[in-house]
Amino acid sequence: MREAFRLLFGGDAETWGIVTRSLGFSLFSTIFSTLPGIAVGMALASRDFPGRRALAAVVNALTALPTVVIGLLVYSLISRSGPFGSLGFLYVPAGVVAGQSVLAFPIVASLTYAGLSKLDPRFAETLVTLGAGPYARMLATLREAKVVLVAAIVSAFGRVTGEVGVCMMLGGNIRFSTRTMTTAIALDAGKGEFERAISLGLVLLIIALAVNLALHAMTPREA
Amino acid sequence: MKRLGLIVLACALALSALWAQSPANPRLKLATTTSTEQSGLLSAILPAFEKETGYKVDVIAVGTGASLKIGEKGDCDVVLVHARALEDAFMAAGFGADRKDVMYNDFVVLGPASDPAGMSKAKTALDAFALIAKAQAGFVSRGDNSGTDVKEKEIWKAAALAPKGVAWYKEAGQGMSQVIVMAEQMGAYTLADRATWLAMKDKSKLAILNQGDKILFNPYGIITVSPAKWPQSNYAGALALMNWITGPRGQALISAYKIGGEQCFYLY
Repeated sequence: MREAFRLLFGGDAETWGIVTRSLGFSLFSTIFSTLPGIAVGMALASRDFPGRRALAAVVNALTALPTVVIGLLVYSLISRSGPFGSLGFLYVPAGVVAGQSVLAFPIVASLTYAGLSKLDPRFAETLVTLGAGPYARMLATLREAKVVLVAAIVSAFGRVTGEVGVCMMLGGNIRFSTRTMTTAIALDAGKGEFERAISLGLVLLIIALAVNLALHAMTPREA
Repeated sequence: MKRLGLIVLACALALSALWAQSPANPRLKLATTTSTEQSGLLSAILPAFEKETGYKVDVIAVGTGASLKIGEKGDCDVVLVHARALEDAFMAAGFGADRKDVMYNDFVVLGPASDPAGMSKAKTALDAFALIAKAQAGFVSRGDNSGTDVKEKEIWKAAALAPKGVAWYKEAGQGMSQVIVMAEQMGAYTLADRATWLAMKDKSKLAILNQGDKILFNPYGIITVSPAKWPQSNYAGALALMNWITGPRGQALISAYKIGGEQCFYLY
């Protein structure tokens, strides 16, 4: 345990490299999934179109997809022998970010949808009455629901930071390149070397707590 | 104006000189057995290769069977593995361009010091395996088509045994050091490559209970992924690593690599 703290607070370069790399991957994949996620969530919430309920069900179901299944799917796409093989994404950071974006997208979409559905229906009606065009209506809705959107994004960030399946399958757990906190923990524990595993576990615990505290603080009191 | 042109030219020349020293495509993906990584060998020798040639090697440590599959699909440039039969099949199918012997050591049969199967008296590895089966003592198999797994299956077959789906025979599907940890926790036997064992033995309560049989020989080979099959692969880098690791510099570093004073890999 003391060794774990030493690695963490003594500024062990490789341990901190793993931490910053993990957070970098999560940050990028959250960013990439935010726009499409919010767009789909808003589309689902704002108007009726054929297949809307089916799409909502699919998006909700995707949030429960195991990370190894997403890993497998993206693997078959970005392997050199797959359709996007020429990108050379497998076993490089870009591949991990691609997989994690696929993981984060339905989370952002479904939470955005769920949050926007809770907005007072009179809000949209009022905007129409006031003569707002579609673009202005969208902006006003986004502003009104910004807490919902930020909560969706933070949730997605927490989810991708803590996942191991996508990183392991698409990144290959390559030292100094694609080794993240979760894959490093899996490797170290497997080798019976628990010191660094514990220190990285502590970081993940702190991130999980921070994410949940942030979400808690954002949730309106009356809800 | 003329002077500016000269400066630009000088800069361009200096840059191109730098480029000439570092390879056109410096990223190199090496898929390998878990033993070369978990024994610490690769982190001991690859920095020298990277420094001398300018390549940067990304190591994917997954086991021999999986490494060859990754090579087959064109997702790595070079493989370092230890299962000759699988390597020959890989070459015969045209997935590899060149193959060279790198080094060797041997497998050891590990088990709890109490030795419930009484196999310390066994002369050959076949006897040892037969005693484990007879006593139905626990055995943890890699179960992942790795080089060690292939060797283990070969020994069971040579001993005319086929333990599968029986309670005492556990297929873990994990890397070598994970399996050593599991065997220790379960008080079971397992087959391990010597290098991973040397890296693990200070932390493990298991002991070597059988070794030295000819069947336990463990040769490692390096194979470049065929650029004819996968034109995008970094064939120049793969060839550079192959020549370096089988050349005087790599070979010297391999034989100098020791854990606790014991040599891990031997040269041909």
